[in-house]
Amino acid sequence: MTTDISKSGDSAPKDEPPRSAPEAIKAIPVRHYGRYVAAVLAIGVLGALVMAFANGDINWDAIPDNFFDDRIMKGVRETLILTVLSMLIGVGGGIVLSVMRLSKNPVTSSIAWFYIWFFRGTPVLVQLFIWFNLGFVFEYINLGPVYKDEWSDFMTPFLTALLGLGLNEAAYMAEICRAGLLSVDEGQTEASQALGMSHNKTLRRIVIPQAMRVIVPPTGNEVINMLKTTSLVAAVQYYELLRYAQDIGTSSGATVEALLLAATWYLIMTSILSVGQFYLERYYARGSSRALPDTPWQKIKANMLSLGNRSGTGVR
Amino acid sequence: MTAMVKAEGVHKSFGHVEVLKGIDLEVKSGEVFCLIGPSGSGKSTFLRCINHLEKINAGRLYVDGELVGYRQKGDKLYELKDSEVALKRRDIGMVFQRFNLFPHMTALENVMEAPVQVKGQSKAAARERAGQLLERVGLADKAKNYPSQLSGGQQQRVAIARALAMDPKLMLFDEPTSALDPELVGDVLDVMRDLAESGMTMVVVTHEMGFAREVGDSLVFMDGGVVVESGNPRDVLTNPQHDRTKSFLSKVL
Repeated sequence: MTTDISKSGDSAPKDEPPRSAPEAIKAIPVRHYGRYVAAVLAIGVLGALVMAFANGDINWDAIPDNFFDDRIMKGVRETLILTVLSMLIGVGGGIVLSVMRLSKNPVTSSIAWFYIWFFRGTPVLVQLFIWFNLGFVFEYINLGPVYKDEWSDFMTPFLTALLGLGLNEAAYMAEICRAGLLSVDEGQTEASQALGMSHNKTLRRIVIPQAMRVIVPPTGNEVINMLKTTSLVAAVQYYELLRYAQDIGTSSGATVEALLLAATWYLIMTSILSVGQFYLERYYARGSSRALPDTPWQKIKANMLSLGNRSGTGVR
Repeated sequence: MTAMVKAEGVHKSFGHVEVLKGIDLEVKSGEVFCLIGPSGSGKSTFLRCINHLEKINAGRLYVDGELVGYRQKGDKLYELKDSEVALKRRDIGMVFQRFNLFPHMTALENVMEAPVQVKGQSKAAARERAGQLLERVGLADKAKNYPSQLSGGQQQRVAIARALAMDPKLMLFDEPTSALDPELVGDVLDVMRDLAESGMTMVVVTHEMGFAREVGDSLVFMDGGVVVESGNPRDVLTNPQHDRTKSFLSKVL
């Protein structure tokens, strides 16, 4: 932006050499005193918070000391596995549910509606507890000749966590996928049908690739959300990052430090995921706009080049 | 000459609104057949019925001697399966007012898509053919551009190439120049004129009276869901018989 303004400002007079160039405007800018006050206030509050934590009885060394602790590493791994697997269930289930919801068959579409209504309408923690406690109503799981076992052996904490998170996620993903499919212009379907493409091919080759542009950004958010939501499964006895961190906190007496350590790890993981999401969105934006958004690296390069021009642009 | 499209008392309603109120017409093989008329006259709807994008409610519609959308056994009609409808659509190219190019594919990929996915052509063969078609519509240098990087006229010419890639025996044009800047209309009409000279059967819904007069072999003026007047374009456009045709032409010419 800034470079454009300066360029057009410089070049405009040059474009019309015959006429005498009008004098560039040198006006005194409006002073925004409110902004100075707000900035000082914000810095003040921030400083007070930092002071409070710095003076608090926190053993800061405990965080780097335990940063790569075996249990923390194991917790990180479990959290990631749980995130990936429950998102897979969520995305797979979501696609099926959204197609069911959009189908012309009233039975399948009502079932999908009911599923989404139930799983979106109840807290995921409650759902986790329900899965966890189903053993009180089912003594055995009996799938005929295929599988038979005692419920408590079948419904391990891992499966409880996976089903609780995955099935809940499916309801959200269904709505995201449905919105994506509906966002594709009807003319696209007509054009591909007019070429003789079947319903499936139209969906797979034409509609879904375009729907992805609408589906990917919220799905990225869902992944990041899921990574954080996995911390809830500590409540159903599944050991992941938070639970291991709490263990360390209890055994070493550094409760808050261990929680801050867990928070740091969550931040690292969500930050990495955000970067991945950026590139994924960029990939699916191809063809939809004339210029793809700059990658951070391209932005840095552009900023470095424009640094020299910036002083003259009068940007506040 | 045989009839490529034959309509007998075609009716079409959307809900309670009757859009087509009994259309009878015949498009001969190899001719350029122009449909003109005010908006809402049903000309686009009729065009969409020809490749079964719209289902007709009454009457009979034939393409190349075969019933559109149905199979007749005795005196009973059976709806065709989606796959059977798709099979018939392969032979009918369609060009839309809003182009409807696939935005996530380059111009070349747009033209290649149907031959590869529908006819099972090899990618290499389809690519070569697509390149030739783009050259034919004057866009060989735009093969790698996405639709959003092309002007409206260029997009419409890609859309024509895309339809031609399926080697159709009939081409349908739904107001192909209505969404274009006046400057760009000529390029698209040139491509269509070229196509007409090659002997393609074309049904063209259009507001370009000049094109209809020069290139058209037959012309139908529709209003209110019926055919008001038909005949040779030069006769109808210069010497209309019905008052409705006269008043329409006096406004557009």
